[in-house]
Amino acid sequence: MGGKKKLLGVAAVLVLTAPLASRSWAETGPDTVVLDSLANHYEAVTFDHAMHVDVAGNCATCHHHTTGEAPVDQNCGRCHSAAQGASGIACRDCHSVEPFSAANLKAIDSNPQMYHTGKPGLKGALHQKCLGCHQEMGAPTGCQDCHARNDQGDAFFRAGKYAPKPTASESHGGGH
Amino acid sequence: MKKINRRSFLKGGLAGGAALAATGAKTASAAQDFGGYPDSMGVLVDFTKCVGCRTCEAACNKEQGLPEPEKPFDDQSVFDEQRHGGLPRRPTEKAYTVVNRYNIVGREHPLFRKVQCNHCNEPACLTSCFVNAYKKTPEGAVIYDPTVCVGCRTCMIACPFYVPAYSYSSAINPVVKKCIMCYDTRLKFGRPPACVEACPQQVMTFGKRSELLKLAHQKIRQNPDKYVDHVYGEKEVGGTAWLYLSDVPFDRIGFDTHLGNQPIINYVKEFLTVVPMVLTIWPALFTGFHLLSNRKDAKKNEETKS
Ligand code: HEC
Ligand code: HEC
Ligand code: HEC
Ligand code: HEC
Ligand code: HEC
Repeated sequence: MGGKKKLLGVAAVLVLTAPLASRSWAETGPDTVVLDSLANHYEAVTFDHAMHVDVAGNCATCHHHTTGEAPVDQNCGRCHSAAQGASGIACRDCHSVEPFSAANLKAIDSNPQMYHTGKPGLKGALHQKCLGCHQEMGAPTGCQDCHARNDQGDAFFRAGKYAPKPTASESHGGGH
Repeated sequence: MKKINRRSFLKGGLAGGAALAATGAKTASAAQDFGGYPDSMGVLVDFTKCVGCRTCEAACNKEQGLPEPEKPFDDQSVFDEQRHGGLPRRPTEKAYTVVNRYNIVGREHPLFRKVQCNHCNEPACLTSCFVNAYKKTPEGAVIYDPTVCVGCRTCMIACPFYVPAYSYSSAINPVVKKCIMCYDTRLKFGRPPACVEACPQQVMTFGKRSELLKLAHQKIRQNPDKYVDHVYGEKEVGGTAWLYLSDVPFDRIGFDTHLGNQPIINYVKEFLTVVPMVLTIWPALFTGFHLLSNRKDAKKNEETKS
């Protein structure tokens, strides 16, 4: 119930800000989403949501049961159904940017009933989902296919202008 | 043909030759089974998720302030590198973790395996070290004090996973170098190692070792067709902080599946008392008093530190 209400609320905002959206957002989700909450070594990812809805053929492939569709994975279907509401739809609503933060570790520790103790963080959830399907369907999987690496990323990987210089001559004893 | 690895060398070859020497009061106390600290942390590695991007290697290099690599960390050609005898890469004094590629017949993609110190519950490096340079922290890391290390290499031979490497930057006093699970900069403060945090695929899960074991078995139970029904590191050599899940039998991706579940110390302890003499007397002799004064200096430094 809460989820539905929020969804409609956000949908209304979208209608206002994006009057050219061709389909109802509440049914199909946004046309494109800019994913940038993690951006550090790479540029933000412009995600063509509408195209991916077509490619995937359903919502649950990415959203679990949160959009009102039955889970694709039968394993999950044992405990979750289409009718069951959810506390959010966006991946970042549930998948933490810092999955191993003290608070998250404590939550696992202090709640022996918690079932999903291995829920991946946001970065892991996105890559497992995005890269996983891209591997299966032959879509791009290169690290720079979805997001170009920035200067800071080049430095981290010791690539580009930060690449190690080939040790051509082993001359010793040069004055410093 | 009988293959000799370092440990069978330790087990067999030296025991006889060393029979004359006798020393080592500390090994007796270290040999008690204690099964690991109850609240220690660990890392669960799921090889089915690794795509071989080497981000973990880059993260390790940065976090630990390691020297410049020979090739950029996005260079995949390192997967074709082989050591002597066609063996894949292993951690060195310049890279505390490496990722290796295994081409598995019938598997759609190659399997990538990250290698680093497994942080044993009852570390053979620790129990074999005659200067007590090693320590198993309650958080789960196996750390070492380089100012105490005399470079005798006993730990290198004792380690069932071939992890400790040596830095030869100082010819007189080479010291051990290995993964410390980012103890100083992260684990101590409850944070996950740099490699774990950097991994885009979240191949690694950081948490309490006991929780990770539950999670690992839950994953196997839910995906019996996917995973091999074994959590490597749960029992091997008395248990390790790093645990592994795979969809390919472990012996096909370079894991030693014949180590047994006893801590290494349990079968080396009978002659650990004698072995260290043989292995350590040479470097000790060669480095002589330099060593002793070194250790004294280290102690002094420690004392004067405020
Ligand atoms: C290929 C994967 C994929 C498929 C298939 C998919 N989505 Fe999404 N969806 C996403 C991603 C990624 C986001 C952005 C989430 C974020 O910002 O964390 C998103 C965002 C949304 C949002 C906005 C949530 C918010 O609060 O910002 C809605 C609503 C949504 N999707 C609905 C749907 C519906 C309905 C379908 C099926 C018709 C669907 N999605 C199919 C991946 C997918
Ligand atoms: C044995 C029952 C069980 C199975 C199987 C199961 N779940 Fe859950 N799920 C739960 C429980 C219980 C919760 C409540 C939170 C918790 O305990 O972790 C939950 C919560 C969730 C939520 C959050 C819902 C919300 O509104 O916050 C999602 C999403 C979810 N599960 C997805 C999945 C997926 C995906 C799978 C399959 C891989 C799955 N579940 C398999 C029991 C299960
Ligand atoms: C309502 C909360 C919730 C939302 C929204 C959500 N997830 Fe999840 N997700 C979970 C939970 C809980 C699990 C743990 C299930 C398990 O144990 O495998 C999970 C597991 C996963 C997993 C690992 C298991 C699997 O099914 O492959 C991936 C990948 C994943 N989510 C991706 C996403 C993506 C991508 C999005 C956004 C499009 C998303 N999730 C949105 C709660 C959520
Ligand atoms: C259900 C499978 C599937 C999932 C899940 C999926 N993708 Fe895709 N993606 C595709 C396919 C198939 C294409 C290729 C479409 C084409 O070329 O017509 C594609 C193309 C793309 C492209 C365009 C690449 C290019 O070079 O033109 C980007 C960017 C992209 N996906 C990002 C993502 C992100 C980000 C996610 C996760 C939130 C994701 N994808 C999840 C199937 C998927
Ligand atoms: C299918 C698309 C896709 C591919 C392929 C992909 N990523 Fe990403 N990546 C994403 C998305 C989506 C995000 C989230 C961006 C955000 O929220 O800022 C992301 C974020 C990241 C981040 C965190 C943000 C940052 O800037 O540091 C890292 C690190 C990262 N990716 C590394 C990689 C690596 C390494 C590879 C190659 C193995 C890779 N990615 C391949 C989609 C992709």
